[in-house]
Amino acid sequence: MATGDIRAFGTGGPAGRRPVPSLEAPSPRYGEKAIRGLLALCALLSVLTTTAIVVSLLLPTLDFLAEVPIGEFLFGTTWAPTFTPADFGVLPILVGTLSTSLWGMLVAVPIGLASAIFLSEYASPRTRKVIKPVLEVLAGIPTVAIGIFGLIFLSPLIEPILPFMVKVPPFSAGIAGIAIGLMIVPIIASISDDSMRSVPQGLREAAYGLGATRMKVATRVVFPAAISGIIASLVLAGSRAVGETMIVLLVAGASPNLTFDPGSSVQTMTAFIGTTATGDISTGTITYDTIFAVGALLFAITLVLNLFAIRMVRKYREVYE
Amino acid sequence: MSNSIPGNPVGEGQLERKDEQGEERGLSQGIVVPEHGAGPGVDPWAGEMVFELRDVTVSYGGQPAVKDVSMDIPRNEITALIGPSGCGKSTLLRCLNRMNDLIPSAEVEGEIDYHGQDLYGPKVDPVQVRKMIGMVFQKPNPFPKSIFDNIAFGPRVLGLGDVDDRVQAALKGAALWDEVKDRLDDNAYGMSGGQQQRLCIARTMAVDPEVILMDEPCSALDPISTGKIEDLMLELKENFSIVIVTHNMQQAARVSDKTAFLIVRLDAAETARWGELVEYDVTERIFTNPADSRTEDYVTGKVG
Repeated sequence: MATGDIRAFGTGGPAGRRPVPSLEAPSPRYGEKAIRGLLALCALLSVLTTTAIVVSLLLPTLDFLAEVPIGEFLFGTTWAPTFTPADFGVLPILVGTLSTSLWGMLVAVPIGLASAIFLSEYASPRTRKVIKPVLEVLAGIPTVAIGIFGLIFLSPLIEPILPFMVKVPPFSAGIAGIAIGLMIVPIIASISDDSMRSVPQGLREAAYGLGATRMKVATRVVFPAAISGIIASLVLAGSRAVGETMIVLLVAGASPNLTFDPGSSVQTMTAFIGTTATGDISTGTITYDTIFAVGALLFAITLVLNLFAIRMVRKYREVYE
Repeated sequence: MSNSIPGNPVGEGQLERKDEQGEERGLSQGIVVPEHGAGPGVDPWAGEMVFELRDVTVSYGGQPAVKDVSMDIPRNEITALIGPSGCGKSTLLRCLNRMNDLIPSAEVEGEIDYHGQDLYGPKVDPVQVRKMIGMVFQKPNPFPKSIFDNIAFGPRVLGLGDVDDRVQAALKGAALWDEVKDRLDDNAYGMSGGQQQRLCIARTMAVDPEVILMDEPCSALDPISTGKIEDLMLELKENFSIVIVTHNMQQAARVSDKTAFLIVRLDAAETARWGELVEYDVTERIFTNPADSRTEDYVTGKVG
C-alpha cells in the first residue's frame, strides 16, 4: 500500500518535507483560566460558609459564657433559661437529644443494615430496581410529615400495646426515636448498599467457591470489605438524628426532663432552639445568647462524631484492589 | 469409557485425605502417577470419571453460550479446555461447581453427573457442591485480609477443625510456605501477583476439595510465575482432579492429560453465536495428530 495518497498523512516521506511546527500554545487560553477560577470560587464558598457559621455561633456563645459559668452550663441538671430565676444546666436537653437519637439509631441500624444486605446480596436485580427507589423516596419525605405520622399514628398505635412507651400521651421520647429511626433507615440502607455493591464480584466468587453460604459471604467478606462506607452511612445517619428538629418538636413533647426513659417526654437541644428562636427575641439578651450556646454545643457533638468515625474507618478499613 | 470401576472409591479417598493433612496424603502413597499423556495401567483411578457431561447447553437469558457438550472428565488428571474467545469454555467450567447459579439469567440444560450424581438435581445444594469442587479464578482474588486469614477463611466458614494445621498444610501444598511463613499476618495484597494466585490455590486446598477448577489462572501472570503454577498443578494432580481453562496452548500441552477444543459457531444470519465442542482427546493427540482439521488449524496457529 505504498501509494502517494497515504504519504500525505503522518510524518512519512523524505525528511524535511514538512516544517517542524512550533510547540508553543497558539493562544493564552483565558477561558480555561476563568473557568478554573470560577470552579475554585465555588469550592471555596462552602469553606467560607462553614467558617462564617462557626464564627457566628462562637461570638454569642462567648457572650453567654461571660454570664453563665461553663461548669454550670455543661453539668447543671436543670434547664429553665427563660424562667426567673433562670437555670442554664444543659444536661436535660443534651440527654434529650442523646435519648431520641439513641432510640432512633437502635431502630434504624439493624433495619438499615439488614435492608442493605438484602438489597446488595439477596435481592434479584428486579426486586432491587423496585425497592431502592422507594427507599430513596422515603429519604426525601419532609421530616415534618414523619413527625405528624409519629404523633397521630404511631403514638396512639403503640400506647395501648406498650403503655410504658407513652407516659404522657401523645408525647414520648421513644416514639420520637422510632420516627427518627424511620427517617434515617433509608440513609443507612442506601449508602451501605452502594458501598457493599462496590465490593468486587471476584471476592464474592472466591468465597462462594470455598463453599460459603450467602450469609457467610455477606457477613464475612462483603460487609468487612465495605466497612468504611457502612460506617460513613452510620455517621451521616447519627448526625441527622442528633440534628433532627421537626420530629422531636412534634413528638417528644417539650419538658426538659433529665432521663433516658423512652416513655417520658423530653426536650432536645434542637427542639429548644426551634421553639425559642422565634422572631421576637432581641439580640444581646441572655435568651438570644443561649440559643447560640446550645447550637455551638450541637455543632461540637456532630464534629466529634465525625472525627470519631474517620478514626474508626481508618482502623477497620479493608482495602481491596 | 465411563463408569468402568464399580463401587464408590470416592468415599474412601475422602476419608483418607481428612486423616492426613499436608504433603503426605493417602492417595499418593505407593502410586506411580503416569507421565501426562501416557495410557492407563498404573493409575488406580484410570478410567474413573469425576464428571460426565451429556448434551450440556448453557444459556444466558435464553441465548445459548455453549451447546451440546458431551465429555467425560477423568479423576486425578488435568483436563484442559481450549479454544478462541467466546467459545464458552469458561461458561462450561463454571457449570461444574454451579458458579453460574450466581448469574440469575444463566440456565443449564442437559446433564452433568459428578460421580454419578446429577449436579443439577433438585435436591443438590450448590454450597455442598462447591465444598467438593473448588475454583481458582483468572484474576488473583485474595480477600483484603492477612495471608493467614485468607487461607483460614474456608476452614472457619465451614467449621472445619484445626485451622492452624490446615493453613500450614495448604501453604506447604501450594509451595508457598517458605516464602510467607514469617509474614502470615501481613495483608495478602502485599504479595506479588504470582504469589497471590498460589495463595488462592492454597485457599482452595485448605477446605480439602476433590476437584479444583482453574479459569485461566495464569493469564495475569509473568512466565516465571506461570511456570511455578504449572509445576504446582502437576504436583496437585496426585491429590486433586483439575480442570483448567486456558488461552495458552503451550500451557495446555505442557500440563494437561486430556484436552477439549471448543470453537465459536455462528448461525446463518450471523446474529447468534455459541460455543461447541469440536474434539476431546488425549492431549498429545490433540496437539500432534488431531482428528478434526479445525483443531489442527487452531493448535498450529493457522486460525485463532
